[in-house]
Amino acid sequence: MTFRLSSDTMRLAIPALSLTLLLAAVFWLQPRAMSYVGLNLLFNLAVPIALATIAQMLVMAVNDLDLSMGTFVSFVACVTATFLRDAPVIGILILAGAIASYAAIGVVIHLRSLPSIVVTLGMSFVWGGLAVLLLPAPGGQSPDWVRWLMTVKPPLAPMAIVASVIIAVVAHLVVMRSSLGVLIRGVGGNQRSVERAGWSIVAARAAAYGLAGFFAVLAGVALVGLTTSADANIALRYTLLSIAGVILGGGEFIGGRVSPIGAVIGALTLTLAGSFLSFLRISPDWQIGAQGAILIIVLALRLMLNRLEKREKRR
Amino acid sequence: MNDVSKAVIAVDGAKVSFGAVKALDGVTLRVMPGECVGLVGHNGAGKSTIVSVINGGLTPHAGTVAGDGEQLERYGINAARARGVRCVFQELSLCPNLSIVENTRIMHRDLGGFGWRTRAAKIIATSLDTVFPGHGIDTSQTVGDLSIAERQMVEIAMAFSNAGTAPRLVILDEPTSSLDASLARQMLDHVRRFIAAGGSVIFISHILHEILETSDRIVVMKDGRVVAERQAQDFDHHGLVEAMGSVAKEDAGQHSSGGPSTAPVVLSHKTAGLPFTARAGEIIGLAGLAGHGQTELLLALHATHSGNWLPERDPRVTFVAGDRRLNGVFELWSILRNFSIASLGDLSRRGLILADEEEAKGADWKRRIEIRTPDMDNRILSLSGGNQQKVLFARALSTRAPIVLMDDPMRGVDVGTKQEVYTIIRDEAARGRTFIWYSTEMDEVRLCDRVYVFREGRIMAELAGDAVNEKNIIAASFEGVAA
Repeated sequence: MTFRLSSDTMRLAIPALSLTLLLAAVFWLQPRAMSYVGLNLLFNLAVPIALATIAQMLVMAVNDLDLSMGTFVSFVACVTATFLRDAPVIGILILAGAIASYAAIGVVIHLRSLPSIVVTLGMSFVWGGLAVLLLPAPGGQSPDWVRWLMTVKPPLAPMAIVASVIIAVVAHLVVMRSSLGVLIRGVGGNQRSVERAGWSIVAARAAAYGLAGFFAVLAGVALVGLTTSADANIALRYTLLSIAGVILGGGEFIGGRVSPIGAVIGALTLTLAGSFLSFLRISPDWQIGAQGAILIIVLALRLMLNRLEKREKRR
Repeated sequence: MNDVSKAVIAVDGAKVSFGAVKALDGVTLRVMPGECVGLVGHNGAGKSTIVSVINGGLTPHAGTVAGDGEQLERYGINAARARGVRCVFQELSLCPNLSIVENTRIMHRDLGGFGWRTRAAKIIATSLDTVFPGHGIDTSQTVGDLSIAERQMVEIAMAFSNAGTAPRLVILDEPTSSLDASLARQMLDHVRRFIAAGGSVIFISHILHEILETSDRIVVMKDGRVVAERQAQDFDHHGLVEAMGSVAKEDAGQHSSGGPSTAPVVLSHKTAGLPFTARAGEIIGLAGLAGHGQTELLLALHATHSGNWLPERDPRVTFVAGDRRLNGVFELWSILRNFSIASLGDLSRRGLILADEEEAKGADWKRRIEIRTPDMDNRILSLSGGNQQKVLFARALSTRAPIVLMDDPMRGVDVGTKQEVYTIIRDEAARGRTFIWYSTEMDEVRLCDRVYVFREGRIMAELAGDAVNEKNIIAASFEGVAA
């Protein structure tokens, strides 16, 4: 019997490989990063990004795209730094309402067959506006338990690593192992056949969006835990970061092909790319461009592997 | 004997219309337990619509559906599935991004709960083993990684699988279109076993001998109505074709053999096995079991004779795709756009499309190959499958390319349309065009002047003239396998 890698394993190999390479390069440039504190510093900002990436991945699993991720996470951060600290009950209600409205957006997009890009782009202004209303100027303070959670020092591995592993495992269980996850990915793969098997597509889409809202809320809360205060524009770059993270992690825009573990690795890679460039002493002016170059290299690698895989299949 | 009270499903006087088109015009159909009903008719005769009514996807605008003698008022997909109605659709309908096990979960709604993966794996593996013994398919594989024949096998096995609600009525819509002969045989054998055990099957196929030998009763539909309904033994091939009212002629299977051609060689290609050559005006068949390298040869021919980066001014080859949905039609475009896309270079000046010429050319081809539509500006999906395929033929034939590559383009096309297209192909060949035609149907292969038989990616035999017959082709495709 010959050993054959499944296409899903291949899909994970590239992000894992690029993260390892990048990590090795960082350690080589800065050996002091190879410590408990060093690793935590390198990766702690990756935790909210990883959560947002999982949220984006859930939306992409049903062939949609969420362009309001950044402003939504900012809005959640503002709620966390104000209501969730001063009036926890109202704060939780607001966040629950936000998750419910995410599910409602999914329903509207499905029922009226609207392009998700347009709806979420519109919603991004709504979330952004609400965030500015809550915190016109940077301020607020993170609830103590959130702060504690994000600065906790578990034994053996730093918080950032433990949190990333937990996020990856939970998301994997929900998206790849559970019936609901299969249904959500099935909608992305072949909506008609799911419909013919007697499932409600509206419910599946609402669930995907609701779950996405839930993970995005966690992202906002985690972010405030790290930064201790919030700002209406705190997470604007999360929209593109989360999409890039999904793609880096082996996901695809259509067809319901997603990988939660890959998405978390993608988020870590994106965060690490920034640190790597700082260690290289590349001036901040060039950093965004250099980050783009890293993205292109990784994606090119993936295309190459895809080709190899196809050739393998043809034989 | 057609007793309503015993019928698994009885549709009475069903009428369905889409806009002005009457898809079903009062159809009455009963399926008894332990009976295989063959359903035949043109594309657009209403077969798919009656299937949708039976599987609950479509509520008829008039008429009733009854099951086991009781009227079913609120009959929907879930009600149908609860009664054990299962369907294998004409176009493959699994989720390509999910594994076989996960697809089983999607198909069986009541499979949930802890440990469903193990249960689903067992259910589908059991069913695959029963229908296709020795299939060699690993159920943890992603469907997208399977070949088209394997996908169809999984889909058929899925319909016959039992996860709590036993299948009682299985609807097979063109189930054998992607299977080679031995797999089709296995499937038909299973259908007979299923019937013998008291199950019911509605069997739709354009391969008439399959219908004739598998069904107990045959229902012929035409224009949304049942035009004939008899026991299978009262029909023969000829009678069926006549009942469908198509223009098929019995002698259509004869190829125009004119001895070894002396026309110039227009194409030659080195392959593993015998070399491949094509002469001007020839119709060349690629035969053999499905998936043994015929499509790969067509793709290689297309790749070597068309521009790599930029389109060539005078393309030598043009391609008619077999999988319409995958790489044939542009689903959102009009018929005219779908038709003219291949010849836009000739239809434009200074980068702008000459709308008048495009329209004139479209109207000309609409007349020549009889695309049945009131308006070429309608969306391509408003056409029946056979007519969509005609548009794809027109797209290829309206280019200036002297060589036409065809990748099993007649899959799921009705007999009448096939005859029309055969005539077009012969006419075009007489004018000097070369056709390279991969087909899984013996009748089509026999139309060719010369046939290459494939096995395991190699050309194993070349047959010409009178040697092109079923016996020789089968002999060449199976040669050495038994040893």
